[in-house]
Formats: sequence, structure tokens, C-alpha cells
Amino acid sequence: MERQIDIEIRALKELILNMGGCVEKAIEEATQALILREPQRLQRVYELETKINEHHIQVDEACVKILATQSPLAADLRWIVATIKINTDLERMGDQAVNISHNGERYLTEPALKPLIDLPRMASEVRQMVRSCLDAFVRKDLALAEKVLEQDDIVDGLKNEIFDELRNYMVTDSTSVSRALNLILIARNLERLGDHATNIAEDVIYALTGKDIRHGHS
Amino acid sequence: MSADEQTKLQPRIELETIGLQAYFGETRAVHGVSLRMPRHRLTALIGPSGCGKSTFIRCLNRLHEEIPGARAEGQVLLEGEDIYRRGVDPVLIRRRIGMVFQRPNPFPTMSIYENVASGLLLAGVKDRRTLDPIVERSLKQAALWDEVKDQLKRTGTRLSGGQQQRLCIARALAVEPPVLLMDEPTSALDPISTARIEELLLELKKAVTVVMVTHNMQQAARISDQTAFFLLGDMVESGPTDAIFTNPKDQRTEQYITGRFG
Repeated sequence: MERQIDIEIRALKELILNMGGCVEKAIEEATQALILREPQRLQRVYELETKINEHHIQVDEACVKILATQSPLAADLRWIVATIKINTDLERMGDQAVNISHNGERYLTEPALKPLIDLPRMASEVRQMVRSCLDAFVRKDLALAEKVLEQDDIVDGLKNEIFDELRNYMVTDSTSVSRALNLILIARNLERLGDHATNIAEDVIYALTGKDIRHGHS
Repeated sequence: MSADEQTKLQPRIELETIGLQAYFGETRAVHGVSLRMPRHRLTALIGPSGCGKSTFIRCLNRLHEEIPGARAEGQVLLEGEDIYRRGVDPVLIRRRIGMVFQRPNPFPTMSIYENVASGLLLAGVKDRRTLDPIVERSLKQAALWDEVKDQLKRTGTRLSGGQQQRLCIARALAVEPPVLLMDEPTSALDPISTARIEELLLELKKAVTVVMVTHNMQQAARISDQTAFFLLGDMVESGPTDAIFTNPKDQRTEQYITGRFG
């Protein structure tokens, strides 16, 4: 027999999935606008962020309602606690997509500094991480959540390479400084997105196993 | 490390069962349960109806054997001494291991005062100078004194349900038992009276070891230190309450506390 809490959790899952979809789309639009030099895509990011913020409130309200009326315990309780935290991460991810858009908008007012190679790779890795952590959450896939944690190292490595390369540009050519700085900020925004995806993966692992693995805790 | 800190880390075991089995005639209701109940901690026993938790708790002060045809096997150690050892007087055991039941059951013909003093009166203590301070102390411990101090001569059954239950707790405490057993002590009470009893238990366990059967999962989660889950006469799992309610080890515990059966 289906419990009332199952019905409410299913609706909540739907809400998180929609929100995650908006986040994925916002990241895609923000990074593609930069890579393809199509600033008209950025308007879409701002619209998506508004939607993400609306979901942010709705998810919290739904979680509080379940806590207040269903008194969840064990796996149900862990799932709700994880959802509250994942909700916060998703909202911040929306903000990061907007940050990428702002930095991208400034970058695109000037001619390209260089062909972008590592940044698209980084964007693709991050989008993959976001997709995987949300899939892991919805499908209760522990192995997939663990894979996201490994991917974060790749993203951090790419960020460092991008930083080094752009630093060299700035040292050798002062006219490159503002453009290089915008790209560095974007790499930093992508890295933060990876961190949020990692947080989500850690929350999924907690929800599924009860183990808190954050900060090397076991 | 001070003795206090040591007790905090490794509380002394006040009450312990080793392979405890309980029978009603040929029917075995409790299947060899071993559980340690630490001193000055509240142990909650949870599980669906008929799982053996009430029978288990009634074995802890030898009340089970009062039912015709009922018997217990295995050991129940109170501070290391087996209460089922030959020659042990069950009446004396029940004085050291008090019990409070689901429905408040004050003695109807007795006043509030006599109810609290009944254990001592039965033991032959009649001197008011001895009884008065004990009655007052017990009623204070049961958080009832302020409400009844001016009507000690009235009958206990005139009190509200929650007050009657606290009167029963005071009655149990009057003989200063180191252990208090409670079989669903709040299931007949409204939420306010329940909250008062819960507050009272948190206070009481500073001085008394409490073992409580409850059907209210949230109650077990709120006030117990240790929880044991019973199912079909077996103890499936026991452990620190927060661990049982956030991350139980056994699938059956998980299913029960999340309301998937029971």
C-alpha cells in the first residue's frame, strides 16, 4: 500500500527534477553563449534563474510540510534532509549560471582572446556532473553519485590549467587583461558549479546509505 | 578522566537480559532476547502489537509469571544479580523495579496521599513523620505536588487522566526503585499530558533507569537514549536512538519505523 508520504515525496521529486532541468539548461545556455559567441542566449539564463528561484521556495515549502505532517524517519528522513540541502545547491547553481552570463556578456563585447579549448571541456564536464548527480538522486544510484565525486578532480585540474594559461596571457600582453580576467572568473564559476554538484552527490550518498562523507568524514 | 565522564562514555549496566524467553503455556512469546539497559538511561522498546515487547518488559520485574501458565527462562540481571535465581522473592524485586501501566490505575478507595504511600504502608511503615516527606518528595518527582498539595486527602480517581498517571508514577517512585518500567504510559493521555510525562521522564532518568514500551515512534525518538525493535518475539535490533531512527541497520526496522508495515 502506498503511504501518504510516498505520494508527497513523489511530487517533491518531480519539483526537484524540474528545478534541476532548469539549472542544466541555464548552464548550457550560459556556456554555449560564450563558446559560440551568441550573447542573445543569455536572456534565457536570466529567465531560467527566475524559475529556479520559484522552485527553490516551493521545494522548501514542500519539505517543511512533509516534516510537519508526516514525521519522516530513517530513509524518508534522510531523503528529506538531503532534498533541503540539494535545493540550496541547485539555487546557488542558478546564481552561478547568471554569474557566467555576466562575465560572458562582458567578454563578448571584445574580440576573442584565443580559441577556447579547455573552457568548453570544463563546461562539458560540469554539465555531465550536474546531470549525473541529479540522475543519481532520482534513480537512487549510489555508484553514479560516487562517480561525480571523482569527476570533480578533473574539473579542478582543468581550472588550474586555464588559470595558468590565462595568467601567462596577462603577463605578456596587458591588452589581454580584462578578457583574460573574465575567462578566469568564468572558469571559477564553472569550478563552483562542480563543487555544488559534488555537494549534491554527497547528499545523495547520505540519503542512500546514512553515511556522511563530507570533509573526509566517514 | 573523572568517574562522571567515564560513566557518560560507558554507562554502567543496571539491568540486563541474557537469552530471555517468555512462554504462555507452550507458546513462546519472547525468543531469547539479550539486551543491556544502561543505568540512568531511557530504553524504549518498539514494535508492532503482539511482538512480545510488553511480555518482555513484564519479565523484567517478574510480573509475567503471575499469569497462570506463564513462565520465563534465561537470565535477568539487576546490577549483576539474576532476579530469577532460586530463592529470590519476586515481591522484593518488584519493589526495586517499579512499573507504570498504560491506563492510570490509582487505588480507587485510597486518597492521593495513601496512593503514594501505599507501597510503604504495605511494608508496615505507618509513622507520618516518615511518610510525609516521602509522599511530598515522590509527588514532586512526579511533577504533581503543586497541583495536589492542598487536596492530599481526596481520592486519586478524581484527578484528570494525566494527573492520575503522574500519581501512579509518584506511587512507583515512593519506594525509591532504581528501575522504572513503563508499559505505554501515555497512550491513554492527551498531547499536553503526554508532553508533561515526557518532560518528567527526562528529569526522572537522572536518578532512575527507565525502560519504556511505546507505540509512539516520535515519543521513542524524542526521549529515549536507546531503542530496541521487537518483531514476532525476536529483538531485531537495538542501538542508540538517533542511529535507529536515522539509519537503522536491519531492513525490517527500517520498514517498521517508516510505516511500511505494523
